[in-house]
Amino acid sequence: MVDRDQVVHVARLARLELTDAELDRMAAELSHVLDHIEKIRELDLENVPPTSHVVDLPAPLRPDEPRPCLERDIVLAGAPEPVDGGFGVPSPGAAPA
Amino acid sequence: MTGELLELSAAQAVEAVHAKQIDPAELFETYRERAAADELNAFTWVAEGPPPAPPAGDAPLGGVPVAVKDLFCTEGVPSQAGSRILEGYRPPYSATVVQRLADSGAPLLGKTNQDEFAMGSSTENSGFGPALNPWDRSRAPGGSSGGSAAAVAAGLAPWAIGTDTGGSIRQPAALCGVVGMKPTYGACSRYGMIAFASSLDQAGPLTRDVTDAALLLAHMVGRDPCDSTSLELPEPIERPRAEHLRGIRLGIPEELTGLEGGIEPGVREGFERTLALAQELGASIEPCRLPHAPHALSAYYLIAPAEASANLARYDGVRYGLRVDGALDLATMYERTRGGGFGREVKRRIMLGTYALSSGYYEAYYGTAQKVRTKIAHDFAAAFERFDFIATPTSPWVAFELGSKTDDPLQMYMNDFCTVPMPLAGIPAISIPCGLSEGLPVGFQLAGPAFSENRLLDAAFALEQAIDFDGSSARA
Amino acid sequence: MPEYEAVIGLEIHVQLATRTKMFCACEVTFGDPPNTHTCPVCLGLPGALPVTNERAVSFATMIGLAFGSEVARRSVFHRKNYFYPDSPKGYQISQYDEPLCRGGQLGDVRIHRVHLEEDAAKLEHLSESGRIHGSARSVVDFNRCGTPLVEIVTEPDLRSPEQAREWLTLLRTTLKSLGVSDVDMSQGSLRVDANVSIRPAGQEALGTKTELKNMNSFRFLERGLRAELGRQRELLDGGGVVELQTLHYDPVSDRLTPLRSKEEAQDYRYFPEPDLMPLEVSDELLGEARAALPELPAERALRFERELGLSPGKARELAFRAEQAAYFERAVAVAADGVPATELANWIPLLVERIESETDPAASRVTPKSLAALAAMVARKEISRDAAREVLTMLAAEGGDPQAIAEREQLGALAADGQLAALVEQAIARDPRAAEQVRASNVKAIGPLVGYVMRETKGRADGGEVRRLILERLGVS
Ligand SMILES: [Mg+2]
Ligand SMILES: [Zn+2]
Repeated sequence: MVDRDQVVHVARLARLELTDAELDRMAAELSHVLDHIEKIRELDLENVPPTSHVVDLPAPLRPDEPRPCLERDIVLAGAPEPVDGGFGVPSPGAAPA
Repeated sequence: MTGELLELSAAQAVEAVHAKQIDPAELFETYRERAAADELNAFTWVAEGPPPAPPAGDAPLGGVPVAVKDLFCTEGVPSQAGSRILEGYRPPYSATVVQRLADSGAPLLGKTNQDEFAMGSSTENSGFGPALNPWDRSRAPGGSSGGSAAAVAAGLAPWAIGTDTGGSIRQPAALCGVVGMKPTYGACSRYGMIAFASSLDQAGPLTRDVTDAALLLAHMVGRDPCDSTSLELPEPIERPRAEHLRGIRLGIPEELTGLEGGIEPGVREGFERTLALAQELGASIEPCRLPHAPHALSAYYLIAPAEASANLARYDGVRYGLRVDGALDLATMYERTRGGGFGREVKRRIMLGTYALSSGYYEAYYGTAQKVRTKIAHDFAAAFERFDFIATPTSPWVAFELGSKTDDPLQMYMNDFCTVPMPLAGIPAISIPCGLSEGLPVGFQLAGPAFSENRLLDAAFALEQAIDFDGSSARA
Repeated sequence: MPEYEAVIGLEIHVQLATRTKMFCACEVTFGDPPNTHTCPVCLGLPGALPVTNERAVSFATMIGLAFGSEVARRSVFHRKNYFYPDSPKGYQISQYDEPLCRGGQLGDVRIHRVHLEEDAAKLEHLSESGRIHGSARSVVDFNRCGTPLVEIVTEPDLRSPEQAREWLTLLRTTLKSLGVSDVDMSQGSLRVDANVSIRPAGQEALGTKTELKNMNSFRFLERGLRAELGRQRELLDGGGVVELQTLHYDPVSDRLTPLRSKEEAQDYRYFPEPDLMPLEVSDELLGEARAALPELPAERALRFERELGLSPGKARELAFRAEQAAYFERAVAVAADGVPATELANWIPLLVERIESETDPAASRVTPKSLAALAAMVARKEISRDAAREVLTMLAAEGGDPQAIAEREQLGALAADGQLAALVEQAIARDPRAAEQVRASNVKAIGPLVGYVMRETKGRADGGEVRRLILERLGVS
């Protein structure tokens, strides 16, 4: 079960604005899905290692050699708020980090 | 001429170009016009004018154009992943796979519709409206690569590429009556492929037949220095030529073919008919066990959303894409941009994934799912000691009415019941059309151990020759 | 009021001096126009993927080896999730429960762990004029984003701000001698956070700690720590309690301000980075890192002690400052026979006091050879210690030869016979009472007599020699 308060908390972590109606529906839907999913917790998984990667190879390493970068005009082409060669944002000072 | 061109498979078209029997520019224009006149909403963007440069005379793919799922970045061309949050986004680079195809002589025909960020099984979750199934336009083409499947089935593209995370190539291929293959994890570079669930996502072909699939895949695969998880296949992808299945042992997992998956009678019939054909071709058929396969869906719906919750954090209204209420404080800008830009299913999965990773729940959800993943891989490894391939229906059902599964997420998730275990284990699988049920295509799935692509393609080819399936009516 | 003991642990972020970024091939630069060194990877564009920089791994491995840490042959990158405009992907690729290095020691301080991660972008706050509809704006520059970092976490082994500063000097020198970082605090290539708590002396249990951020110079580190320790002491003495919080140190006001308390505890939702398979340190990489290790400051200090006879304190003072140690070794190499290294060692800090650049004596006008010559003159008593200091001041200002300067300024020591003997006579004659006391074995009374001679010779006489002459003349020895 996921209650509404948990949904509010998780939405905050995920930086998603949800309407009141969405919050209610989300609580119901997540609970419904998790009810089903939670059955895996009944499996005997003792001493089973977790799998994060299906390929069992070490990460390849890249030689430390520079390659050309993107032109700044291209970098900023899709920016919602280009300012002085950079990306403008509301100052985080006013918001929790 | 146009009609004749359309009747050529992509591989036949390549041969005809090489033999100078057809002009690749004319072929491109024929398909470009068809794609531009698309009534299925299969395309979200279609090439304007001729391809940038004619292919070299001996380019292995002969200039036969390819439709590319919107999830792939294409330089200077809209790449929106089916999402309003990326509306109008034109990346400064192309995905490695797209680049490789272009370099091999398959220019970009257009971008195809999909479920937003590949989250869905019907293409109804697209931010740009659902794609329609060419066999019956009141039905979904499947998803998430529904636009690619519909485009190939309807003859709007000679061939197409898509991505498969839990079945997103194979299931729409099945529902649209085309061939779809998900290769071994790592075979195709993921660089430039907009991430949904990084440890599962794989690119693959959607084509009219198995030979086309092999040819297209052959020019997609290979290790890419830009993708740390990509690898070189032990051998190149060959053109399939097998005529029989003698000596091939097919395992039929009870867990994926029994009642639990809710397989429709028509689908079961098609599946069993195909097994009988396989037997006639010399294969042995035996039941096998994949004890943890029924839990694959649960593991998948924890792992994929968890990874997605991080992969989709970059859509924050700072560098590209949508921004809402940028004049307000930072937190509000983030929340409104993401709340407004993402669709319902994407928000649901971000929430599910964030929850599964959050403090106090990680072990119970994400950690457990990763262990189930280990068990599923072990199940397959054990099965492949006795069998060459595992066979299942691709989808429990044929193409469904638009809107019929959108209200209950669990119902929609059941689409992937038979396709989800393979990506969890990283193994390749292919879906081929195996007949019709009430006028709609049924998909037959074969899965093999990692790196068994050539053998899988051979087996699928042999079956394809024996199966009586005609997709031409969808191209009419 | 009880006595308190300070307990300090440091978390240090060090930018590695690689050519390219941690996970992409963009060049690492400083001071270039914003957003001119970026690519799909470090901008967090859709579809971009990280690929690990081999040299960054090699540098981090060298740091681990230098600390004697256990270098994990297999470590794991995780995603650390948080939203902030300096984090283009919404997560930082870092290491979590399987870091590259664990344990080890540097000087007196135990190392907890060393791990690799990527740096964030730079966020610049715009002035009032840049506001939009009254809302304050910031601008993000991704040039720095993705620069390779190691995070070094110490055990809480430091007991005072001075010790913290001294240890950081050792760390800085060690990293510099490894050649893995510019370790320039003013450019942000070395950034220090501290965990600070106090406890009544003798108590085992640790007090509640605070996290101190933004101490971006050695001086500010010491001052910030002092301020925070003072604040905690006052709190406890006043019957209050220390609250777990993060504080920002403002060196201008010397004040500590709590960072806006978060509405909820940070939940970074760490999970293994699916885009990167586990990092393996191969035999080859490990062998090369080991071979590339130079002599480290702590080893150098031991060598100064053992081979050159320096006291432990003096040995560390020099060895923990690489430039001074190097200069010292050059001076030792060119010094004439009979000039003890201990004598030379004393002259290094005196030289450093006299030069502009506060760190590198090699950048001064005084060559190691001339410093060694000056020390030789002192050792041979050709010049008094005081006069030699004057010569050094002039050497530092104008360069040249110490012998010549001493002669020009008439600072050479006066010979025991002749003028010096006459001055001793004069001193005794002018202060017979002092002379009488010295004769009566009250040696302390010799001060005014020596002082007279030194004054008259303007410090050119050797104080010890003068003292010896007076005692001899008065029949005391
Ligand atoms: Mg860190
Ligand atoms: Zn970059």
